[in-house]
Amino acid sequence: MRFTKDHEWVVLQGDVATVGITAHAAEQLGDVVFVETPEVGKTVKAGDAFAVVESVKAASDVYAPISGEVIEANGELGSAPETVNASPENGGWFAKVKLSDPSEYEALMDRAAYDAFLATQ
Amino acid sequence: MSTSDTALKTTPLTDAHIALGARMVPFAGYTMPVQYPMGVMAEHLWTREHAGLFDVSHMGQARLKGVSPLSAFEEVVPGDYIGLKPGKQKYSVLLNKKGGIIDDLMAGRPTGPDGAVTDGLFVVVNGACKDNDFKVIDDELAGQVEIERLEDRALMAIQGPEAAAVVQAHVPATADMVFMDIRAMPGFGTDLIISRSGYTGEDGYEISVPASEAVRVWNLLLSDERVKPIGLGARDSLRLEAGLPLYGHDLDETVSPVEAGLTFAINKNRREQRDFPGAARIVKELAEGTTRAKVCLRVLEGAPAREGAEVADEAGNVVGVVTSGGHSPCLKAGIALAFVPPAFKAVGTKLKVIVRGKPQSAEVVASPFVPHRYVRKV
Repeated sequence: MRFTKDHEWVVLQGDVATVGITAHAAEQLGDVVFVETPEVGKTVKAGDAFAVVESVKAASDVYAPISGEVIEANGELGSAPETVNASPENGGWFAKVKLSDPSEYEALMDRAAYDAFLATQ
Repeated sequence: MSTSDTALKTTPLTDAHIALGARMVPFAGYTMPVQYPMGVMAEHLWTREHAGLFDVSHMGQARLKGVSPLSAFEEVVPGDYIGLKPGKQKYSVLLNKKGGIIDDLMAGRPTGPDGAVTDGLFVVVNGACKDNDFKVIDDELAGQVEIERLEDRALMAIQGPEAAAVVQAHVPATADMVFMDIRAMPGFGTDLIISRSGYTGEDGYEISVPASEAVRVWNLLLSDERVKPIGLGARDSLRLEAGLPLYGHDLDETVSPVEAGLTFAINKNRREQRDFPGAARIVKELAEGTTRAKVCLRVLEGAPAREGAEVADEAGNVVGVVTSGGHSPCLKAGIALAFVPPAFKAVGTKLKVIVRGKPQSAEVVASPFVPHRYVRKV
């Protein structure tokens, strides 16, 4: 699993990246009440706002950690947005993206680097 | 952020919030708890089911003193304060010369244990507005009232179906108070100015105590297992469900009380006398209507519609704007307060809210979204 400074995570299987928000991000947001996942077929660039997560209090953008084509979105979040809090780094995944540039993945932080980054926040 | 943090004011309860693990945010010039570890959703639901305790010490408390503070106060608000009975408080709005709302407030005549009215008119205004409010009152009523700001007092609110039982266990004399009653009395081992009111739609009390006693009273209330501390996040979602406006969002200096749906705060005798700021506009609006009206919207699909979201008719023409909105934990749906032309204000009117470019179905519903549970007789 790799991480961004915007608190997204990526798991790579072949050339497909599963993307979500980190446990830290979910904890900071509080109770998630709505998730807008990206449209399947959409092409995203790393750093683009590609999803929205809403708590009782506010709406927050989620940024694409890597570039590529969205090939699947987590439809379960439509009826059960609280899954993002219950299982942020597993069942609460947002989308699957077919990578266009594998080197972007390599440039992301690993768990130790992300934890070190969190410690500076 | 750290540079502005140093300038933030604290309340007598700031250290208590931090000790409880609150997440502190800047609000109205203060560092305030937006939520405790329980989280906004659980805090909200706890208040609706049990009792929530809020620090609202950032709000402005003052006594207006003078020969006839009630009649003087009527020069800046449209409410009937001359007719306000001892032991009652009343909601009103501070008006500018154009009939726009400078702030909304509570003003009351606390009675002491002997039933006699204590000194002057006790006023509570919004924290973010308080310095300007008291300047306006001072300017307008110079020579008539003296403003004694009670900056040495904290203010807390306890709200929810179990709030009254909690307070009455400590201060039995509060049991005979009903909604909007206000007393100055001993309690919790100190002196209180206490009203049966609040900003959640629930039964409960707002309790003013000397700053030096605040932490002790706060902890005493929290020692009851029915009581949890509640932050500003849930305070906002609770007041929204109760259909209560928030100054700076639903109300501002351009909005008249008629547009805001606060005509109840413009008493009949005052309408006839037309002797409050902006009376010409307000009386005209009462007679002829307004160009915009405040409505409650229930969002029927999709994301919550928040402040600034456009409101469209069914054909997609933009007709209005959301002034505050969010997710209702009780209704499990998006709810919002919005301005629309009066033609769209009837309950049941189908509208669209536009969130991130997407039109979503919404419907005008009756206010409040969640029924008020004020105790009007005991």
